[in-house]
Amino acid sequence: MAKIRISRACLVAVAIFSAGSAAHALPKQAGEERMIVGGATGHAGGRLVVALRSEPKTLNPALALDEPSRDVIRCLTADLIHINRGSLKTEPSLAKSWSVSRDGRQYTLQLRRGVRFSDGQPFNAADVIFSFQVYLDEKVDSSQRDLLVVGGKPINVVKVDDYTVRFELAQPYAAAERLFDSVAILPRHLLDSDYRAGAFSQAWTLSIPPNQFAGLGPFRLKEYVAGQRLVLERNPYYWKSDRAGNQLPYLNEVTFLFVPSEDAQVIRFQSGDTDVLSRFSADNFAVLQKQQSQKGYHLDDLGAGLEYNFLFFNLNNPGANVPPEIAKKQVWFQDLRFRQAVSAAIDREGIVRLVYSGRATPIWDQVTPGNKLWLDENIAHPQRSLAHARELLKSAGFSWENDGALVDPHGEHVEFSILTSSSNAQRTKIATIVQDDLSQLGMTVQVVPLEFRAMVDRLLNTHNYEAAVMGLVSGDADPTSEMNVWLSSGETHLWHPRQENPATPWESEMDHLMQQQLVTLDYAKRKKLYDRVQDIVAEELPVICLVSPNILVGAANRVANFRPAILVPYALWNIEELYVQ
Amino acid sequence: MTHRQKLVCSAAVLAMFSCVILFAGFFAPYDFAAQDRDAPFAPPTAIHFVDAAGAFHIRPFVYGPRDSGQTAAIGAADLRQSYPLHWFVLGAPCKIAGLNTSRLRLFGVEKPGRIFLMGSDAYGRDQFSRFLYGGQISLLAGLIAAILSVSIGILAGGIAGYYGGWLDGILMRGAELFLALPWLYLLFAVRAALPLHISQWQVFLLLISLMGLIGWARPARLIRGVVLSAKERNFVLAARGFGASDAYLLRRHVLPQTYAVLLTQITLLVPQYVLAEVTLTFLGLGVGEPMPSWGALLSSLQQYSVLSSYWWMFLPALLLIPLFVVFYAAADALQELHKSVPL
Repeated sequence: MAKIRISRACLVAVAIFSAGSAAHALPKQAGEERMIVGGATGHAGGRLVVALRSEPKTLNPALALDEPSRDVIRCLTADLIHINRGSLKTEPSLAKSWSVSRDGRQYTLQLRRGVRFSDGQPFNAADVIFSFQVYLDEKVDSSQRDLLVVGGKPINVVKVDDYTVRFELAQPYAAAERLFDSVAILPRHLLDSDYRAGAFSQAWTLSIPPNQFAGLGPFRLKEYVAGQRLVLERNPYYWKSDRAGNQLPYLNEVTFLFVPSEDAQVIRFQSGDTDVLSRFSADNFAVLQKQQSQKGYHLDDLGAGLEYNFLFFNLNNPGANVPPEIAKKQVWFQDLRFRQAVSAAIDREGIVRLVYSGRATPIWDQVTPGNKLWLDENIAHPQRSLAHARELLKSAGFSWENDGALVDPHGEHVEFSILTSSSNAQRTKIATIVQDDLSQLGMTVQVVPLEFRAMVDRLLNTHNYEAAVMGLVSGDADPTSEMNVWLSSGETHLWHPRQENPATPWESEMDHLMQQQLVTLDYAKRKKLYDRVQDIVAEELPVICLVSPNILVGAANRVANFRPAILVPYALWNIEELYVQ
Repeated sequence: MTHRQKLVCSAAVLAMFSCVILFAGFFAPYDFAAQDRDAPFAPPTAIHFVDAAGAFHIRPFVYGPRDSGQTAAIGAADLRQSYPLHWFVLGAPCKIAGLNTSRLRLFGVEKPGRIFLMGSDAYGRDQFSRFLYGGQISLLAGLIAAILSVSIGILAGGIAGYYGGWLDGILMRGAELFLALPWLYLLFAVRAALPLHISQWQVFLLLISLMGLIGWARPARLIRGVVLSAKERNFVLAARGFGASDAYLLRRHVLPQTYAVLLTQITLLVPQYVLAEVTLTFLGLGVGEPMPSWGALLSSLQQYSVLSSYWWMFLPALLLIPLFVVFYAAADALQELHKSVPL
């Protein structure tokens, strides 16, 4: 689902290394089917310190919505089928293999045998059935539920035997394997009673005693100090090994510190207090780069990620409680030539240079160059042209007064405001550059930074806005994760959300294409369908795509096997393979 | 130096400073919103008299920018291209706060040469020009707010001090209420309630006037004290004995004695409100882009990357220190003068 959104080192390293407590690996038991992973063989021990922007709100996988909670839960739990962040393809996880029926509607998963939860209890099909029962329960209201409803019906989960589970879908679903990614398997023996008592949403808060928490992830809960840190320790029952047969993870401990601002995180990383840094701006990248060689860390620029930033106008039906003074301006926004003129006038290269110090890519549709599987190479990349923009405006009946101000055919001055989120400095900067570009066309534009929730409320509920600069980050490279954005009935169909019937012919076509690609199993055919969606976005400009920032990460040199990826979580997705040198 | 000399000196400096800011359009080489997208965070431009070959030039010059578009090359000079500094050049016409300014500029260099006396900001805008233009908004805001505070102060303080009794009680308790008000939250609430459609700087002037309105309590208490002592003076009592009305007494004898206090209050309050504007901008309640204000210039220092990499971003802050010192010196001299003049 696409989400809205945002040299002491050596000494420290030695101290940490010796401080790590020695939780020894358990010998492999008979019948245990461990998964072998292919990174460089490391050695056990040591500890990793990572900063989180805020305290996690919960440890309950069904309820976690915020980034910090998800980051922690990823280390504590495991899924059935996983998307490898490096290859962006699916790979076995708790399911060692799976088969698809010929009609594409039944998935039969073989579970790994001999796997145990972090408290030593065995894992089997009953836990899988239980987990999906919880996620699909409307009363639990989990964030995963939307994904697990295919063709309007919840996925039916059937236990075949203790180690075989069958998932039945109402219709063929192209990206079905990818659905399982990050759907954490819950321990039935710990949560069943809470669930039956209707108290599931109160289970697994942050203050839970560590012995009442168990997962299938590489780490388990050790200690939580409110306002300061959350400490995880090695799960001695973990079910992955390296190629030499050593049980993973290598690290003894992972400490999450709560560091509230990006700048503070950068400073802590720079001084060696934390080992890994992700989600920081290009400006801070430049600051860190200067001391890269002295301070014992290295930085990676992974190129374009999946985030796309764009400008869009309020295209809601004027009848649908849009205030009248905005409805008047919607006449301009509805005119394709007006949107084309705006797109032609914006200096995308300038945004890349000024906002991201060159660490970003200009874009003209929603698929970023980072998403190589789905990028449509044929989308045109027209150069910025104010002359072309003026021609378009002239053909749409606009004209200019003597002082250069643009007026519409009724003599009204073209004035509007652009909303941005005040917590996102980059987007406010983008809006300021757009403001300057459009002033060269004679438009008077105000930039209005608002608190994030106040902005989203205006965009999706009250429709009391004129234009906005926003960004979306897909959780997955696959187009199915973008259904809620491009379907005209979608919640996040930003420019005109939750339509009963598509308002325009091109939205109707887009609906059809998105539905079609969802049930088409052949990649080449799906690609063709989604290419057409990208064409429509580039031609009709419901959102004027501007720029995709690069994924920037940093890690201390002593952290080995560090392989950052462009998919969330950028840095710690292979935390079980990380070790300290 | 006597107090009078001190006052004259500081007043002269303030007048000069205000003059430069008032005519920012003439003194600033660039428009405050003009972006040079090839030069974000360019350091202050060096002005040379001696060229690379060692020859001396009477007309100072700057070197041209090297290879535009290359982020790494920002600030690096191309020694082959020099651009002499010209006096009284014609630039783009520019407007601020509704006032038309002429196209004439005090100095400038020909494009593509650029002269950033105080460096450039994240959008490649000239900091020096923005500082001058920003002063118009910041000083105006400070002045408006200070005058508002003092006007209400003189009204409330005058009435409370002169009439006393229950009126005094109500007004002074009211003043204490205002002193205890969490004005920050009030401003947030007001900002949230305003529609998006009024322009950013109208919002800002509204907020700053609101601050002025809230800030009446302190001057009111001071003025009340002065009035209280003034009305007991012998000549006031004598005038009253001769049958002078309240209005006459206030106008002729009581209020004139508060003038010195008033002036002192204004000179103290102006820098205070200018700094309040800085706080407002820090909190996102200031003038919106691309309008400059001193608060907006300083707020970019909130970012670690700016703070640690670009020293010239501190220049506006450094320039403000002597300005505020002069303001306080003026207030100080006024106060001393007021003490030494026999009433």
